[in-house]
Amino acid sequence: MKKPFVTLLALVVSTLFAAESFARDQINIVGSSTVYPYGTVNAQRLGESGFKTPTYNPTGTGGGMKLFCAGVGVEHPDITGASRNMKASEAALCLENGVTNVIEVMWANDGITFSHSNTAEDFALTRKDIWKAMAAYVVVDGKIVENPYSSWNEIRSDLPDYKIEVLVAPPSSGTRDAFDGGVMEKGCELPEDREDDCVLYREDGRVIEMGENDTLIAQKLNEDNQRFGYFGYSYLKDNGDKLKAASVEGVLPTGETIASYEYPMARPLFIYLKADHIGVVPGIQEFAQMMASEEAIGDNGYLTKIGAAPMVPELISRVRNITDTLDPMGFSIESCANKEHPLKNAGYAFSGKLCP
Amino acid sequence: MSNIKKRLSAERRFKFYGQVGVFLSLLFVSLLIIKIFSTGSGAFFRTTIETDIFFDPELMNVDQNSSDKEISRASFEKLADGVIDFNFKNLSEDEFIKIREMYTRRFDYQLRDYFLKNKEVINNTVTLEISASSDLDQIVKGNYPRNVPESQRKINDYQLTILDELTSKEKIGSTFNFWFFTNGDSRDPETAGILGAIMGSLYALMICLVFSFPIGLFASVYLEEFTKPGKMTDLIEVNINNLAAVPSIVFGLLGLGMLIGVFNMPFQVPLVGGLTLGFMTLPTIIIACRSSLRAVPPSIRHGALALGATKVQTTFHHVVPLALPGTLTGTIIGMAQALGETAPLLMVGMVAFVMEIPGGPLDPATGLPSQIYLWSESAERGFIEKTSAGIMLLLLFLIVMNLAAILIRRKVEVKW
Repeated sequence: MKKPFVTLLALVVSTLFAAESFARDQINIVGSSTVYPYGTVNAQRLGESGFKTPTYNPTGTGGGMKLFCAGVGVEHPDITGASRNMKASEAALCLENGVTNVIEVMWANDGITFSHSNTAEDFALTRKDIWKAMAAYVVVDGKIVENPYSSWNEIRSDLPDYKIEVLVAPPSSGTRDAFDGGVMEKGCELPEDREDDCVLYREDGRVIEMGENDTLIAQKLNEDNQRFGYFGYSYLKDNGDKLKAASVEGVLPTGETIASYEYPMARPLFIYLKADHIGVVPGIQEFAQMMASEEAIGDNGYLTKIGAAPMVPELISRVRNITDTLDPMGFSIESCANKEHPLKNAGYAFSGKLCP
Repeated sequence: MSNIKKRLSAERRFKFYGQVGVFLSLLFVSLLIIKIFSTGSGAFFRTTIETDIFFDPELMNVDQNSSDKEISRASFEKLADGVIDFNFKNLSEDEFIKIREMYTRRFDYQLRDYFLKNKEVINNTVTLEISASSDLDQIVKGNYPRNVPESQRKINDYQLTILDELTSKEKIGSTFNFWFFTNGDSRDPETAGILGAIMGSLYALMICLVFSFPIGLFASVYLEEFTKPGKMTDLIEVNINNLAAVPSIVFGLLGLGMLIGVFNMPFQVPLVGGLTLGFMTLPTIIIACRSSLRAVPPSIRHGALALGATKVQTTFHHVVPLALPGTLTGTIIGMAQALGETAPLLMVGMVAFVMEIPGGPLDPATGLPSQIYLWSESAERGFIEKTSAGIMLLLLFLIVMNLAAILIRRKVEVKW
């Protein structure tokens, strides 16, 4: 009985050492669950072209950044998907851990759809309406009060008499960050000194936090057609027989209105590459090139088909230049940490709060 | 008299409550099973389209003299496109794309696999059952409604007309979906399989067993046979019982913090997942081992000691072998519990899109429950039946393991 124990101990110790010298030839992607459907389809295509198929861990944008910025070396991920761009605090974390060479690839657009069941009446909303329905504090008759609204027609009399109930994603979700930046802040009516309260959700049970599981939210929307929820356009596209989106400022989300940013809740999607891993783990550059290629994100591309919206031509050619030359083109992680993000003035950012 | 009536009616009431309880729990279990089976059974079959295929040498880069290696590397996409032109004449470009979308995206792989086995078909026409795309498959299975407006469907009106045409010609068929058992995960629901997740769970359980069984056994032998009862052993006992009740996510955090954080072990591999599950099952195994060691009557120990055996000899020649069936039962139940756990896997990254089937405990992998979770999150309709089918498989494994535990207990355990 003693000998097997000793060999076992040896086995455990040797696997520990094996783990130390663990080399990887398979790309490891983490990050946004909104980017997950696109990233995994792209990963599969990369696998079919001869590389090992990358793995994708849907941790949410925030969780992905934490893992991505934890350090350089094969035990850390190579790519992170994000449904918003890197925050200054995340850039600072990367710098602190020696991840100084990061390439930002803004490869497509997505629209956040404010959706409800197909059986419900059509809604034509504005961002102001949505904010009024969801915020903790609103302005009534010039005074700031706790949100008194309980049905949509109290906000605007031409809206249907539906109770207000909105299912939202958890704080780790990039979609929630983008929604807060692009809807809650844009629709906000609070005075400047209360600006921080714009993104506070009401806590009287009308805004309900769900997990990062779109299927669950869709199911809840179908159970009660007065409920609303938000998610990325690809989910709506696949479930058009059950769900529909409310129009926002008179525009419905479609591939075209998202690509042109006519739809006000459109936002860019990103992947971040760890430049120090390129050449160590094979396929990273090819993955990014494929993701931004005409075949993927062109008019009939395989990512366009599942819901990603193309970028305007001058931007996508700029992005392709980045993936070809691996030159970050002015974006450096220092500039993000110093809040000087080059996209800040590009006007394409949904949140308007790049590297806050 | 009234007293006995009252007491008897109390007994009847109690019996009735018990029956209601049993009936309700059976009802819920059977509802769950019916729901899972009715949605999941579709995953074991996939829709096929009977298609005439002319192996046109002009559309292929290989011929009958090519080696297997050349064929496996060659592209059959041109031939797949040619097949559609061959079956549906005079298509516009748009119609061509729509019809191509009715077939699985991996159409060319199916052609290649067939050609590898039948090289003589070149220049000949054969009829094959080509797999349909998942969207079409879901329409045929009735999981996606046909009567909603075209803009809300993934299959458009033109494709529906073609489908009806094919159906009237009896070209739409159904075949057993082997891919579900032989493939890893895929983003095309029709080719997605569960083998990768099964292997991932298997490696993790192996590591878990190798780690926790010996440690658990030796720890319980030491605690039962070699220590004197006292404050220290009481303290250890309380702690072990406490650990057994700790939520599994805490063990996941331990795995993340210690194995990945301190020992720098890689993310999302079964080695780490298995060790984390091992931490979790260790208390369960220790408790089971201790109670089966305690069940061995002291007369065995006294007899051995009286004949001059040392304490170690007594323990390992007599007590442990007699207690082994009980310890095995406890271990199997612990393993079954570990198989169904998702939270620890989540923390160490074993919830991921992994297409390649892991070849060992150091390859990235996902576990069976986490695969089910990932599929349940997917937007594509085809993954709903895969989710239920995955649950069916998981239940099957759990039933087999628990059954094995019961059988071992019945057959091998010694009654004193």
